[in-house]
Amino acid sequence: MKQTKKVFSILVILAIILIIFDLPTPPAIDTTILGVHIKKDFKTRLGLDLAGGTQLTLEADMAKIPQADRKDSLESAKQVIERRVNFFGVSEPVIQSAVSGELHRIIVELPGVTNTDEAIALVGQTAQLEFREHAKEPVATESGFVIPTIDNTISVEITGRDLKKSSLQFNSQTGEPEVGIQFTPDGAKKFADVTKRLIGKRLAIFLDNVVVTDPTVNTEIADGQAVITGSFTVDAAKQLAIQLNAGALPVPVKIVEKRTIGATLGADSVTKSVRAGIIGLGLVAAFMVVQYGWLGFLADIALLMYGLITLFLYRFIPVTLTLPGIAGFILSIGMAVDSNILIFSRYKEERRRGKPWQIAMELGFGKAWESIRDANFTTIITSIILFNPGNWSFLPTSGLVRGFAATLFLGVVTSLFTGIVVTRTLIRMFYRGAKQ
Amino acid sequence: MIRFMKYIWVYVFISSLVLIPGVYSLVKNGVKPSVDFTGGSIVEVKTQVPIEKSAIDEVVKDQKVPVISIQKQDKGAYLFRMGQVSEEQISKFIAALKIKSGGSSIDILRNDTIGPILGSELLFKSIVAAIFAVIAILLYVAYAFKDIKSGVAAVLALIHDVLVVFGSFSLFGYFFGIEVDTLFMTAFLTTMSFSVHDTIVIFDRIREYRKRSPNAPFADVIDVALTETMGRSLVNSFTIIFMLLALVLIGGETVRFFAVALLIGTITGTYSSPFVATPILLLWNKLEEKKKKH
Repeated sequence: MKQTKKVFSILVILAIILIIFDLPTPPAIDTTILGVHIKKDFKTRLGLDLAGGTQLTLEADMAKIPQADRKDSLESAKQVIERRVNFFGVSEPVIQSAVSGELHRIIVELPGVTNTDEAIALVGQTAQLEFREHAKEPVATESGFVIPTIDNTISVEITGRDLKKSSLQFNSQTGEPEVGIQFTPDGAKKFADVTKRLIGKRLAIFLDNVVVTDPTVNTEIADGQAVITGSFTVDAAKQLAIQLNAGALPVPVKIVEKRTIGATLGADSVTKSVRAGIIGLGLVAAFMVVQYGWLGFLADIALLMYGLITLFLYRFIPVTLTLPGIAGFILSIGMAVDSNILIFSRYKEERRRGKPWQIAMELGFGKAWESIRDANFTTIITSIILFNPGNWSFLPTSGLVRGFAATLFLGVVTSLFTGIVVTRTLIRMFYRGAKQ
Repeated sequence: MIRFMKYIWVYVFISSLVLIPGVYSLVKNGVKPSVDFTGGSIVEVKTQVPIEKSAIDEVVKDQKVPVISIQKQDKGAYLFRMGQVSEEQISKFIAALKIKSGGSSIDILRNDTIGPILGSELLFKSIVAAIFAVIAILLYVAYAFKDIKSGVAAVLALIHDVLVVFGSFSLFGYFFGIEVDTLFMTAFLTTMSFSVHDTIVIFDRIREYRKRSPNAPFADVIDVALTETMGRSLVNSFTIIFMLLALVLIGGETVRFFAVALLIGTITGTYSSPFVATPILLLWNKLEEKKKKH
């Protein structure tokens, strides 16, 4: 009982904290704890349909592309941009190609992006990586003064296409951020040949025709690993890694327009859905009480806790809420009572067999656990595969599918917590086994 | 105890009644892709005299333009996302708008053909992910129940449910012009996980009773398990169905068919666990026993 009281007080405190952060105007945190600066606001992120966002219009320069290939080039440029935007985080962007006559454009809509400049930089960069050797090896004494340019260097035919993966990493000696790259087997072979040939000489790395770094080759590099160092900030190195991962744009693009767009859905459709949600919730709550009496009421309180936690997580992560997202959330409330229903029906069965209620309750929790575990575990597997945390290229990296997977995952884990820990604590605290 | 497994032919009949027309329509007509998959047009206009949103809605309705969304822009401009329309339809639409604004001039700021939001690449990858998820589910169920048959039965029930949802929407598309959009994709993924969830609860009960009375005939074990889980299955589905019915009836236009898809998914998901997955498990076991005897 002592243990139960402790858990119960923790849950009450948790509920109060959650209510504070779930208020319509939540507090923002902006403080320094133990030397770490924490700045976070807890507003609900709304999607394009509910709150609008930023629209960027990019125009592709098709001058050098043959007429027949233009459509394909636009499509692959769109895909590269899509990948870049999706690497950026969980939101639900809309990316579409738009053609009118000779104009080839890509429309990118980003919900609630606060730092538009960063978004523009990420979306619009070509990110063509190229390794180039010096045409004339500078004499040792003046080596520091020769700045490699496109004119005084020759391509060694290694480009972004030979990359398998790139990532942000930190130099083990200096702690400076750098971009680690890993070549494809083919690229690794080429790179080994070039580095073998150029031992003791310089090999410059160019990004979009500008030199980033100009290191001296010390040994032959045969394992297909290399690093790009330069005076990167962490953000810059991360962005470069994202751009290299997503591939270079096949055509140069420039941003022709940037503007704020309004919501596609009126406030009216949100009100309707929320009203439907409240009515549905009321029905579920009443149904639980009718079915299970006091136990149902306790489960309803746990359900309320589920709502509080989920809303908090949506704000904390943040998950961009669209109207279908809200509908999904409403649905998840219907599903969240499932573990309680499983436990309570077990309890009823044990009671029918004549067991005293305390024992029947503990048995109910114990026996229901296996099926709850197995059933929810499959859902968790599904959500992880759909979320594609490893950014594998054969699985979707789209915001749409990811957003769904993230909310599904959160819903399952939260409902496990409320359905088991919260309900059990409430029952131990308040339930006195009433009548059969 | 109810003798559920005596009536397998009834379940076969009910499933075929739903599956055959649905799958037939799916093969013959497919589903009707929405603008999310096909692309369409994007038109932006700016009127000198501001028009009320309600007046614009009226024009959209009168002209039967397939407008997907209307976004209000700065300075009295409106952005329309449309399905596939002809140039002629667009000019008619703009002419009608002009009349509404009292004949003042209308600037067309943009008139572009746009590509799909959910392109073929993404669609393909989502399907690959779904297949991976199904394989993972099969392996996990087979592992949890120490029995590959359970895994296969659960997955077959899942495929049954997915076909029911797709089949229904193929029929809806054919008869009522209902389109399949990105929301439908999420409803389909939800159905997948819900279907298995329910099946596992029943299989868990079967596993428990088999352990307790290993010599009882398998059909009896199943009947006991189903009798005892039926209450829970119905209660759980009712809570979800309450939520969805509320969304279908009063949730507004935008999420209506999303909720309908989920509703169908929930109903077939609940049905398929005792009446598709479980009979498959039983029949398979019988088949194996027969083989052993021979």
